[in-house]
Amino acid sequence: MFDVQKIYRATSVEDAIRALHRMEGSILISGGSDVLIKIREGKLAGCTLVSINDLQELTGIVMEEDGTIKIGPGETFTRITEHPLIRQHIPVLGHAVDQAGGPQLRNVATIGGNVCNGVTSADSAGALLVLGAQLEITGRDGMRTLPLEQFYKGPGRVDLNRGEILTAIRIPQKDYQGFGGHYIKYAQRAAMDIATLGCAVSLRLEEDRQTIADYRLAFGVAAPTPIRCRKTEAAVMGKPVSSRLLEEIGQLALGEVSPRTSWRASKEFRQRLVCELSGRATAQAVKHAGGETL
Amino acid sequence: MTIINMTVNGVPRQMAVDERESLADTLRNRLGLTSVKKGCEVGECGACTVLIDGKAVDTCIYLSLWADCKSILTVEGLNRPDGELTPIQRAFVEEAAVQCGFCTPGLIMTAVEIVGTGKTYTREELRRLISGHLCRCTGYQNILNAMERIVEEAHKVAGK
Repeated sequence: MFDVQKIYRATSVEDAIRALHRMEGSILISGGSDVLIKIREGKLAGCTLVSINDLQELTGIVMEEDGTIKIGPGETFTRITEHPLIRQHIPVLGHAVDQAGGPQLRNVATIGGNVCNGVTSADSAGALLVLGAQLEITGRDGMRTLPLEQFYKGPGRVDLNRGEILTAIRIPQKDYQGFGGHYIKYAQRAAMDIATLGCAVSLRLEEDRQTIADYRLAFGVAAPTPIRCRKTEAAVMGKPVSSRLLEEIGQLALGEVSPRTSWRASKEFRQRLVCELSGRATAQAVKHAGGETL
Repeated sequence: MTIINMTVNGVPRQMAVDERESLADTLRNRLGLTSVKKGCEVGECGACTVLIDGKAVDTCIYLSLWADCKSILTVEGLNRPDGELTPIQRAFVEEAAVQCGFCTPGLIMTAVEIVGTGKTYTREELRRLISGHLCRCTGYQNILNAMERIVEEAHKVAGK
């Protein structure tokens, strides 16, 4: 038995929004793989839950008319990894969420939950950041859209007001077409572990297949929230791919991250990982973008 | 209490459950399906794994009210009318993939999910596919032997 005061099972997004307003202090629960564990640990003792588990409205992965890929936040990691649209257009996301937990967890954990928890170690975060993900947030007074990058407010804190729900994640075509990406999760074990550091890269090459036309770099656990390294990105654009460039990327990224020491790893080790993984992820992304193997 | 309708091991059930109940609790305490083991209760050990609409799920972190209108399969549901074991169970027995047995029902259910795909997998892929299960006897080699064998057998019959 979970230590919960009350659970309300919402029948629609609208119903869930009303319930969140009506039930003071209530917490939204989707797949449950974070919330129920927190409850089990006694952290949310006696809480009130509004369940949006299995709401049809929040599922579905579709391509919109302008080529934007829309992902329902209620989609599970397994469904995302296996979905043909994801495999064809944004495989970096399918690969990234396939690194989370284990198979049973990925069968229930949702991408919306992963985003809204706002933790820096979220495996979907880096990939979504380099894909320029746009979030659609619905509340009592309507909808608003903002880039994922602006959604993070601090460790575990996101820009969601009382009664607001993430209702769609969109990847615009300009942010994936022609791109190749890669995500590397560094953890103590190959499964059932939280990232010590996560690094995601997405890039596009010029027609010569050697010059970087567009470059995006993001990290998890390298700062209080998942972050994109804008300065490094700007410095890399227009440069030819070389092993020296890969080293340069690592050094530049180091200036933009602020990892800390935790029981998992020291700050210094995480800095080393920032250098090493950014180069490796970039090399792999170059390959995926149709470039030469370095 | 909330009324839910679910199909458990092929039998439609209408039952009243406490909203705070995990599906592991409901299956064990209300239906006596004790193959569903409670190990870590935080979704790490996989001992409580069952199939929900064909997908392996840790029932310790799954609310029973979510099982409304769903189909649940546990090891008890694998029993054949004549009492014979399924090929998956037989592979576990013959490959000595069972030591204390606590992780076995969960692993069997994951095996059912894997075999159901009809695909073949390398040993490395199988290691990844069973990574949501902990065997405290550390009998992983024999578990993988059983998995490899059953995946091959199934592929021969219904291969993709």
